[in-house]
Amino acid sequence: MTAAPEPGTVAAEMPGRAPARAAAPADLREQPPVGVRLEGLTRRYGGVLALDGLDLDVAGGEFLALLGPSGCGKTTALRAIAGFEVPDAGRVWFDRRDVTAIPPSRRDVGMVFQAYSLFPNMTVAENVAFGLRVRRRDKAERAGRAAELLELVGLADRAQRYPHQLSGGQQQRVALARALAVAPQVLLLDEPLSALDAQVRVQLRDEIRRIQLELGITTVFVTHDQAEALSVADRVGVMRAGRLEQVASPDDLYERPATAFVAGFVGTMNRIPAVLGDGDVEFLGVRREVLGAAPAAGPAFALVRPEALEVEGDPRGPGRVVTRTFSGAVTRLTVALPDGVEVQADVPSAGSQGLTPGTPVTVTPAERPALVEPADLTP
Amino acid sequence: MSATTAGTSTAGVAGAGGVAPETPVRAARRGRGAWRWVVFAVLGLYFLVPLAASVWFTVRSRDGVTADVYTSIPTAEGFTENFGRSLALGALTVLIALLLMVPTVVLVELRLPRLRPLVELLTLVPLLLPPIALVVGVRSVLAWAPEYFLGTPLAEAFFALQEPALPWILVLVYVVLALPFVYRALDAGVRGAQLRTLTEAARVLGASWPRVMLSVVLPVLRTSVLNAAFLTLALVLGEFTVANILGFETFPTWIVRIAGSQPRLSVAVSVLSLLLTWALLLLISALDRRRREEDPA
Repeated sequence: MTAAPEPGTVAAEMPGRAPARAAAPADLREQPPVGVRLEGLTRRYGGVLALDGLDLDVAGGEFLALLGPSGCGKTTALRAIAGFEVPDAGRVWFDRRDVTAIPPSRRDVGMVFQAYSLFPNMTVAENVAFGLRVRRRDKAERAGRAAELLELVGLADRAQRYPHQLSGGQQQRVALARALAVAPQVLLLDEPLSALDAQVRVQLRDEIRRIQLELGITTVFVTHDQAEALSVADRVGVMRAGRLEQVASPDDLYERPATAFVAGFVGTMNRIPAVLGDGDVEFLGVRREVLGAAPAAGPAFALVRPEALEVEGDPRGPGRVVTRTFSGAVTRLTVALPDGVEVQADVPSAGSQGLTPGTPVTVTPAERPALVEPADLTP
Repeated sequence: MSATTAGTSTAGVAGAGGVAPETPVRAARRGRGAWRWVVFAVLGLYFLVPLAASVWFTVRSRDGVTADVYTSIPTAEGFTENFGRSLALGALTVLIALLLMVPTVVLVELRLPRLRPLVELLTLVPLLLPPIALVVGVRSVLAWAPEYFLGTPLAEAFFALQEPALPWILVLVYVVLALPFVYRALDAGVRGAQLRTLTEAARVLGASWPRVMLSVVLPVLRTSVLNAAFLTLALVLGEFTVANILGFETFPTWIVRIAGSQPRLSVAVSVLSLLLTWALLLLISALDRRRREEDPA
């Protein structure tokens, strides 16, 4: 497993989309961050293996996203951290504390759910203060903390509203404030943005990241949306069939996928027939260095991102443009090559107007090492 | 547009929603609307004519119309005692049925969803089994058990169950009879609420299970709980067969007893009892409507 990187590296590069908010309460910021370790977690539902000996380390203060297709076990893993799932085997650690057998009510975690989870019979302020009421904190402290956190999520003026009087995005903000009010050791986010529309989703995503950085709280974020995971997390873990395929920084995951599954799942990846030589690979009529350890010589597939292919109009070129999809600065072309191979290429929109469907073209991979997968591997 | 095209076009779309076909459509709608009113009127008459006849029977006198019989109800012999007893039986039945069924329904929803068909079936049994069969069985046990266990605390318990002032045995039987209504009312509420997410949210915030039930589940199921409570109360206030066969006097058996000597009083009390039940049901409906207005989602 790769070592946990210094948290916060992604956010420093992020543009501040969210409107300015109040600073997080000082006592929440001063909490020492707690690391989370999953050790050989196994969970079976009847004949289905949801977690298959899952190992994962989340560093204190890190924002880790678990990404994967439906049914890959990411939500089960999150629920095991929360205490809602008791693993058949394996252990859950918060730093050096084994919390495997501790019920959710005593784990000291905050959680934001996919479905709207505010208590409908309580006002926004009462919702935020619920955890403190359970902990028998006095009324003044509860009111003060609720006000601070509602200020933090920009909803101070909605304190006396009821959940049904809020939009979906506002409800999830309140749920975040409620989760943070009890000063949890770990924050768990179970696809909290999936019910929101695109614009609110981006705004709230950035806001969650801002608050996480400000508090320095260890956060595990489950999502099936790769753009969401790559844009906010320090590291992303890609899961498949109850196991982690790769845990890496967003850059590494995109540029250096460890497996064919990760390559195919994160972003778009072309699989182009190739022939492996001694340290290099030949495809689309050119030779390129092999990225990473080269498999044995023989037939293979070169894995190439759409933006790493160059397309030029050429009356004698072997390819034909099949479709053209304009998306702002970039246009995606689908090009049919001989032998039934089809590739996708992203070209700058400016100057590509001539590349219409039916245009003969030449496709050339960019001058950079290529990732290779032996031909006998199934993705 | 050429004349030819226009002619073709008109011919092509005329049957698909031009001006001409709208009239028959509207007429058909009017016809359906009229039928609705007819059905509504027949139903209304079916319910209101017997009620109006009962009211007329209680208020007419040789001197005209009088409400004497209604004003005499509170002081009628046996009214306070039997109405009070039925209310107490109703309250105890509601309490026990809810204590039994709220945790059951929540448990089935959250932890044992595979048991839902079984629980549904079990709660249907009181509807499938004729009350007479149930009460004959209960009477046999009550007749046999005290003698068999004579001299033991169990025999004392059986005697206590049959105390005429407050016959607990009726409460136990009524709880069984109310199960189908209580379960369905609560189940409808549970299915409409995101109970799993709400309870998990409360748990992760540190709440114990009793706290989750009191602070989250009960308020969310408020309308369902009220529904179940009022339906049970209505059932107990109107139940005659079981009380009569087991030989206990309750509000319904008292009404039947006085019917021979004071028929107008008996009918007046029945009318009031019916109006009380309707008022309770309207109250549930109003509460439910208010909740829907508060929570359009």
